[in-house]
Amino acid sequence: MTTYESDYILEMRNITKEFPGVKALDNVNFKVKRGEIHCLVGENGAGKSTLMKVLSGVYPYGEYSGDIVLNGEVQKFKGIADSEKAGIAIIYQELALVPEMTVFENIFLGHEIKKGFTVDWNETIVQSKKLLDKVRLDIPPTTKVKNLGVGRQQLVEIAKAFSKDVKLLILDEPTAALNEDDSANLLDLLKELKKEGITSIMISHKLKEVISIADTVTVLRDGQTICSLDASKGEISEPILIKNMVGREINDIYPKREKKEFGEVVLEVKNWSAYSNELGRYLLKDVNFKVRKGEVVALAGLMGAGRTEFATSIFGNPRGYKLSGELIVKGEVKNFKHTSDAIKSGIAYVSEDRKKEGLILIQDIKNNITIGNIKSLSNNGVINENEEVNVANKYKEDLTIKAPNIEQLLNNLSGGNQQKVSVAKWLFTQPDILILDEPTRGIDVGAKYEIYSIMNKLIEEGLSIIMISSELPEVLGMSDRIYVMADGKITGELNAKDATQDIIMEMAL
Amino acid sequence: MNSTSERNKGALVNYFEEFKGLLTKNIREYGMFIALFVIMITFSILTDGTFLSPRNITNLINSTGYIAVLTIGMTLILIIRHIDLSVGYVAGFLGAVVAILMTSMKLPVLPSIIIILLIGVLIGLFYGFLVGKVGMPAFVVSLAGMLVFRGALMLATQKTGTIIIPNASFNAIGNGFIPDIDLIPGYHSVTLLIGAIGIIFYILAELRNRKNKEKYNFEVISMPMFISKLIFVSLLIGYLIWMLARYNGLSWTVVIVIVVTAVYHFITTKTVLGRHIYAVGGNPEAAKLSGINVTKITYIVFASMSMLSALAGILYTSRLQSATTTAGVGFELDAIAAAYVGGVSTSGGVGKVTGSIIGALVMASLTSGMNLMGIDISWQYIIRGTILVVAVLFDILTRRKKG
Repeated sequence: MTTYESDYILEMRNITKEFPGVKALDNVNFKVKRGEIHCLVGENGAGKSTLMKVLSGVYPYGEYSGDIVLNGEVQKFKGIADSEKAGIAIIYQELALVPEMTVFENIFLGHEIKKGFTVDWNETIVQSKKLLDKVRLDIPPTTKVKNLGVGRQQLVEIAKAFSKDVKLLILDEPTAALNEDDSANLLDLLKELKKEGITSIMISHKLKEVISIADTVTVLRDGQTICSLDASKGEISEPILIKNMVGREINDIYPKREKKEFGEVVLEVKNWSAYSNELGRYLLKDVNFKVRKGEVVALAGLMGAGRTEFATSIFGNPRGYKLSGELIVKGEVKNFKHTSDAIKSGIAYVSEDRKKEGLILIQDIKNNITIGNIKSLSNNGVINENEEVNVANKYKEDLTIKAPNIEQLLNNLSGGNQQKVSVAKWLFTQPDILILDEPTRGIDVGAKYEIYSIMNKLIEEGLSIIMISSELPEVLGMSDRIYVMADGKITGELNAKDATQDIIMEMAL
Repeated sequence: MNSTSERNKGALVNYFEEFKGLLTKNIREYGMFIALFVIMITFSILTDGTFLSPRNITNLINSTGYIAVLTIGMTLILIIRHIDLSVGYVAGFLGAVVAILMTSMKLPVLPSIIIILLIGVLIGLFYGFLVGKVGMPAFVVSLAGMLVFRGALMLATQKTGTIIIPNASFNAIGNGFIPDIDLIPGYHSVTLLIGAIGIIFYILAELRNRKNKEKYNFEVISMPMFISKLIFVSLLIGYLIWMLARYNGLSWTVVIVIVVTAVYHFITTKTVLGRHIYAVGGNPEAAKLSGINVTKITYIVFASMSMLSALAGILYTSRLQSATTTAGVGFELDAIAAAYVGGVSTSGGVGKVTGSIIGALVMASLTSGMNLMGIDISWQYIIRGTILVVAVLFDILTRRKKG
């Protein structure tokens, strides 16, 4: 029996995808064998999600270069609808279910079973039950999705994918939000499905899971394919994966800091926990943490480890978590009611998402710089405009914000310059402790260097910096001390000179 | 000789190039001025000049008073991404209450007005509580308010029907004119004087502003363009003043609107409070993380809105010299439409008090012009609705181009 079907269900050949200023994918090759479980690993920003977005048609044909070959045929997806038709189903980390609808309504949402012009609900329920059996979920199809836990919702998503005759199932960090039982259950299901001939691709940060389940692992780094490892040849182990994931050398893109003397502890938390009513779980558990005057402390860890939650919880808690434990700022126990209290105590927080929660993009540089402390520029509530212009100009010069003048709208600035405005805004609140959340995300290397230089200057002026970063080279290059977080807990504390990428990665996983 | 004329030609070309550039760049700001201009010219042609007669201009401006006041409050509400649908009936109800205070309860004018304004503030604070503190959508809160105050207005006027107000000084607010000294025969001299002072102040303020900008190396428009702008605006103010002075002069309504506009313009452009309001509208998350108390701002803006609704109620009641059961119907739509026409962005964060006043004038000119032409009221509604959609469409299209 001869067949022209190749061993590979999917081949992505020489995929290159560029964003303005950044090559997100650079000649990536990615081959998936029929009927295997293929894991895709890499650091944050390595290009995994971008690759999957190319595959699913989120970035349509023409916006990337290279070929997607599915079952031996070159595909030209114009959108998600096309890739779904071809049998590709992606299940994202953020589930796309309607909580107020029942399980059966959700499963057939968008491709309802019809009888004439009306929906055939009875048939829908019968079919849903079959699909739920397939994913081993023993619940009545009439249950409302909001009454299910995250693990079961994930299974409903997979059932939904099967309702569309899926040939290739892609899961983007499926276990990130699951507890251990649910995770194990999901991995078992994937193995069962493999026996039935279903091919799956799984993106995951959890290397132990990857090792337990993968037939093949492809490692991406900086938008390039680093290697493809075969389990049957015994090529997969944790050290090998980590080495390939972080692999790059640290070159001297990190300016040297002269001063290395630390003063007294300026901020300390003891047994700090945060509970989210919304999510119904602890986001932080018994965190002990301190930072001294003149010190850069890095908070390393994976996305979702609780680092941002930690930062906002000590910054006046704008997200309203239930907090317990002790927060001591400059020797005084604090209980901030509002962000403005934290600012008054000398804490500043440059947020991770500068566009969404950091800056007012429709306003100009001047207004953005002064908004956090505009009161200091006013008399009886009336703004002293000359003084304001002087302040804004001073920061524009100090931080080398590149713009014709301070009346430029933030919308018109590059990411790097927006980030500098964000830093300037917080420096103007005269902080003693500056929290930088992913300070160099999405900005180019030159601007990164400038941000690092600014950090060093601030340290020399006697500030303390808490830097949250997912980029390990940055963590090693810039910090004096490192805390590693995972699942809302501190899993390790290191002096920067003793730390390596491998050690940090191990603690973070 | 030849070279001079060529140079002049070059300067003229530059001038128009700059004008074109400014127009495209600031189309949203200039758009409503152009609209106002076109509407005025069109109607004065269609009505053989009646539209621009001193009498009609006076009536037009005076009848815009209560809408203008509401529009100012609505501008702030829309900037912080909320809405208040109840302003019409709040105005209607408080208009009836002020009438009752002065007739049945025999209170003097000034205390009655102060009480009414305070009640307005309280209503707004309650809205602010529901919207800012509890987190109810402003649409729902103010829709409920609309029903409640409609009922309240009916209750207040149930026994007596229309309440006639016999108090002359109260009625002067909506109908009276500022006193005159007889200097120039045929004209209202005080009005002319105020107009002249106004123009001088405007020119001085613009000059100072320009000097400041040059000092800090900000972009400024070229000198010829700057002078053209000064002349254009001065002529516009001058023309309106001249028209008013040929009739009865400035009315008290106009004085009140000018004062309210000036106060709100000052608050929004010069104060910390104003900056905080725009920050909340521009990016509520960022504002919150910058230490701004978003809830407090919501309280203040809603309180200001309802206080201005009370003022609008006073102006309207005074103009009619009576409180009626139907007072306030549709005011909210006029105010919202005027604010959008005046350049307030539908997605919040953008809008100017002065722009909204122009927006109110645009809407009032439309109504006045169509009335003069005898256009049927049903068509007037359809045309005003269309204008509103066009204004918002304009806003969305210009924003899309930018970002």
